[in-house]
Amino acid sequence: MKYFLRKIGLLLFALLVAITLNFFIPRLMPGDPARELIDRMQGIPPESMESIRIAFGLDTKDALIVQYGKYLLNLLKGDLGISLSRFPTPVKDVLKIAIPWTLGLMGLATILSFFIGTILGIGAAWSRNKRWATLTVGTFIFIRSFPYFWLGLLFIYFFAFRMQVFPIGNAYSIYVQRGGWDFILSVLYHGFLPAATITVSSLGGWILTMRNNMINVLAEDYITVALAKGLPLRRIKNLYAAKNAILPSITSFAMSLGFVVGGGLLTEMVFAYPGVGLMLWQAVQAKDYAMMQAIFLFISIAVLIANFIADIAILLLDPRVRDGGR
Amino acid sequence: MFKDIGKLFLGNKKALFGLLLLTFFALVGIFAPFLAPYDPKNNRVETVTVLSEERDRSRTISREDLDESTEKRVYSQSVHTTYERITKKLPLKGKPSSEHLLGTTHSGQDIFSQLIWGTRVSLTVGLVTGLFTTLLSLCLALIAGYLGGLVDDIISLFTNVFLVIPSLPLMIVIAAYVSVRGVIPIILILGLTSWPWPTRVLRSQVVSLKNRDFIKVSKSLGEKPAYVVFREILPNMISLVMASFFSSTMAAIIGEATLEFIGLGNVSVVSWGTMLYWAQANGALLAGAWWWFLPPGICIALIGTSFALMNFAIDEISNPKLRKR
Repeated sequence: MKYFLRKIGLLLFALLVAITLNFFIPRLMPGDPARELIDRMQGIPPESMESIRIAFGLDTKDALIVQYGKYLLNLLKGDLGISLSRFPTPVKDVLKIAIPWTLGLMGLATILSFFIGTILGIGAAWSRNKRWATLTVGTFIFIRSFPYFWLGLLFIYFFAFRMQVFPIGNAYSIYVQRGGWDFILSVLYHGFLPAATITVSSLGGWILTMRNNMINVLAEDYITVALAKGLPLRRIKNLYAAKNAILPSITSFAMSLGFVVGGGLLTEMVFAYPGVGLMLWQAVQAKDYAMMQAIFLFISIAVLIANFIADIAILLLDPRVRDGGR
Repeated sequence: MFKDIGKLFLGNKKALFGLLLLTFFALVGIFAPFLAPYDPKNNRVETVTVLSEERDRSRTISREDLDESTEKRVYSQSVHTTYERITKKLPLKGKPSSEHLLGTTHSGQDIFSQLIWGTRVSLTVGLVTGLFTTLLSLCLALIAGYLGGLVDDIISLFTNVFLVIPSLPLMIVIAAYVSVRGVIPIILILGLTSWPWPTRVLRSQVVSLKNRDFIKVSKSLGEKPAYVVFREILPNMISLVMASFFSSTMAAIIGEATLEFIGLGNVSVVSWGTMLYWAQANGALLAGAWWWFLPPGICIALIGTSFALMNFAIDEISNPKLRKR
């Protein structure tokens, strides 16, 4: 329980740090983003300048601590500011449309790649002298070195442009009515290539982690004893070795989630998939700072929640933690 | 210590292959001016001269008692025909040919030359960032691990916190606010967002070394902290420091390419990232110009593989369980 409380404390503190970073980044940077924003909105009478500053939360007359308080209060109210590129839509409303796409795509792809990678990693460690194991590990080390977005480009080029088996972008066909089976099929069809990109890119990490954990466990004495006793190999592999090797893998799953999510964002950009990643890309192009910051916050919170879930999983799975040992 | 690692490193096939790959790219980067057949930024070298020639001719015409409007017409006409000639000479899709090994961009820049010059920029940014990140995290790890107590608690807390805050969106937000576009801001941004992981790994090594008997002995013998840290602890974690340097460099090369691809770098610098940015911005993908966007990605992947292989070897060297067959 103590372990659990400490973890929750850490995650809450991380949330506070993310929120605070979000507040300070624009204020620590050289230049005045407020000025820049207003300069770009041409044809605005100078009288309304003040109200625009306030509307964008760029009212810099208050002391820093007062601004921070106001910012926190607005966050609590769910007010993330107004999107500049989609003026005057609140950022919150733009995000609401994008979030389900991202959660669906990335959640599915990440879980899929974790399971496939773990299974492959178990196999690769078990038969590490076999040729297929070396080859699989080698291939995925190579693929892991690709930038996500580039693998996406590669997939688009070969599967969507050359062979034309998959659509080039977007999340569903515009000719299909929303709702209904056709729509679901269209979503799956459009989501396949981006999901494959994320899965394939992140697979290598899981394979390697699991393989190394597994090899470490396989060197333990109890495995030697089990082998000497002549227990069925399958039983040793799955129940004795893999079961123990998977725990550190879950910890690293939580840790590297942020990295995978980052890659997922880029994948969305390349595929023009209407999720948070594409929003982020559009916000960068349009210098829509409020949007960018809201997205950063959302992603941080999502990753923190995923970490929380992983912690619960470890709590349930690891008897050392569960019984309050360490 | 260094000698042993060197020996093991050269004896390990994976490490040797990784090292050779890296050396190859390093040589390409160093000798870029001699290797690149064309100027990577100079599009249509011939074009510019041809254009100015034409302009001169139209000027001479204008001097021969022609009114202004005719001059304009003649000038625009000559420019037009020049462009026609250029597009015939350099087709929009500059396919690979014997003249341009990897073809050209849509405006006629030689991609092979860009790739060679890009190696220099990308590798430099990667190595400098890797060094910066490693030094930063090594300092934090040594301070936290050696001093322990409150200092350790604080550093560890922030390490763990920044570990769970996703770094790519953070990088993007910071980079978007930095109004200066260039290589140095990218190095700083990458370095300041990627220290947590190596810090965590290195710190735990410092802590485990600190509790070994030989360190305890030299402490009780009254050795100065600086001596213990730099002569006793540091030499024993060289392989881990190297491993984090390799992974930081690899991450930095991919990170640089990512930021530049999104358009947050200086797009007038020729690097692998900006090459991909321009390829994407000009629709190279849907024009079927594979020679434009494939090579930079392959180079990034090869460099990444070279670092991954060296890290793999270090893992095997320092963890005999992985080596045992």
